[in-house]
Amino acid sequence: MLYCKKILSEMDLTRLTIKEAHQGLVKKEFSALELCKAYLDKIKKKDRELFAFLTVNEDLALSQAKRIDNLISGGKEISPIAGIPAAIKDNILVENIRCTAGSKILENYIAPYDASVIKKLKAQGAVILGKTNLDEFALGSSTENSAFGPTRNPHDLTRVPGGSSGGSAAAVAADLCVYALGSDTGGSIRLPASFCGVVGLKPTYGAVSRYGLIAFASSLDQIGPITKNVEDCKIVFEVIKGKDEMDSTSTEKYVPIKKLKIEETKIGVPKEYFVKGIDPEVEKVIRQAIKKYEEMGAKIEEVSLPHTEYALPAYYIINPSEASANLARYDGIKYGFSIEKTEKPKNLLDVYLESREEGFGDEVRRRIMLGTYALSAGYYEAYYLRAQKVRTLIRDDFEKVFKKVDALLTPVSPFLPFKIGERIEDPLSMYLVDVYTVSINMVGLPAFSLPCGKVGNLPVGLQIIGRPFEENKILEIGQALENYDPPTAL
Amino acid sequence: MISKEEVKHIAKLARLGLTEKEIRKFQKELSSILDYMEKLKKVDISKVEPTSHSIKVENIMRGDTPEEKKLETREKLIEMAPETKEGFLKVKSILK
Repeated sequence: MLYCKKILSEMDLTRLTIKEAHQGLVKKEFSALELCKAYLDKIKKKDRELFAFLTVNEDLALSQAKRIDNLISGGKEISPIAGIPAAIKDNILVENIRCTAGSKILENYIAPYDASVIKKLKAQGAVILGKTNLDEFALGSSTENSAFGPTRNPHDLTRVPGGSSGGSAAAVAADLCVYALGSDTGGSIRLPASFCGVVGLKPTYGAVSRYGLIAFASSLDQIGPITKNVEDCKIVFEVIKGKDEMDSTSTEKYVPIKKLKIEETKIGVPKEYFVKGIDPEVEKVIRQAIKKYEEMGAKIEEVSLPHTEYALPAYYIINPSEASANLARYDGIKYGFSIEKTEKPKNLLDVYLESREEGFGDEVRRRIMLGTYALSAGYYEAYYLRAQKVRTLIRDDFEKVFKKVDALLTPVSPFLPFKIGERIEDPLSMYLVDVYTVSINMVGLPAFSLPCGKVGNLPVGLQIIGRPFEENKILEIGQALENYDPPTAL
Repeated sequence: MISKEEVKHIAKLARLGLTEKEIRKFQKELSSILDYMEKLKKVDISKVEPTSHSIKVENIMRGDTPEEKKLETREKLIEMAPETKEGFLKVKSILK
């Protein structure tokens, strides 16, 4: 080995942030191959109890790492994420790697192309360790809806990691990767980031291309980073954002990083997010975080988003409606699970009915039923159209408030990470976990979860919400708290 | 409470096969979720326009011309189907 090495234990190598790992690579303290192997070893040892990964692609990861080592030894400059091991939620396509979306219906589906975000990561030299567990088709808040079994919370193995990007958040929290990508339709990045004590950003709708993300609810879905700190989050967001001709809803609108003075920042605290139903212990931790912003000199103001209580019911009409349309493509004819392979169906209708009956899990079928009902003749106006009008009122609420303040602070969820099995039998109790996150997707705003304290050993996430395309501003606001009050490691 | 017949009708529209037990389960679950949605009836929406998209987007046009795809990609996609014939997807006949 040509590298002049410090003696680093495997533990050290898997505790690094993106920036630290990058510096180590550039200074030749360790090679990309050593870094990659340290993570692959750790996954082998620790993932049996967590089940964060559905697929680990050793060969791909090792070959990507070797390529970066060649660049470094050739004296080439490398990007901030080159050689850094990442994990990808298993609803984002990586060419020639299995992509299940956590569903039996795609159990043997091999991705025929790269998602645009993966193309971008690969172009910058990312090392892709594997694909992470999720609620089936990203429908869920606990990762218990995966057809392959639940992921466990690294802080307490009897509890859920949140969902639907539970595998990605658990992998980052347990140091099984340096960073991960997730997707967020109603809180699916922010909730698991909160429950696992890591940073998770849902970008503005349109900031990141959705091409190659398995569609769930197309007007709400966004891909975003899950990282160990705010700085890493900025690095990954910079790589994946931007207009893509393969996604006509993606845009280049973007407010660049400016140094932010926290004393000149106005922050709103919406009173509707601190009402009956919130766990008092969670509220206490969030109030303490808000107080720290006051201590730093930010101007804190109570604000009102009067239609907040209607966001969840409206969301759970719009989301299943879009999902029922998107999931119609799994028909047992084009790709994925089909009863044609094992049985002899009598006619075309039986191919549809039976393939979808066997291939889809309970929550997926529940949402397809709900969505089909809400869109069907006679009910469209009472449900779908009404929900879309309520969506307008929710957007107006945020527009008004953002004329007065730069950002909003709220809890990510009213609850602490709950026990595996605690809510899965009662769908409505599971939906209530998302009560503080769904509005953000309905309005398309950027928001992220920042670890801000714990109750016992369970992390609590602060949600920082911003104006469209002001990701950098809210990340700066988050960084101020991180610097003021550095989080303790797991 | 929605009826068993309604559940069956919706399942057929959605092309979902359901067992008798599942029909009863969905009847109960969907009813309680739909009850929760009743909350929305309290909102005055008489003068409100619907929002289908959070961020304003414009239609993007392109010519309706076929693109040359790599033969390899085409083969990859066709191979995924359970039944194919001469490079096409095969389905059960629908006309007698």
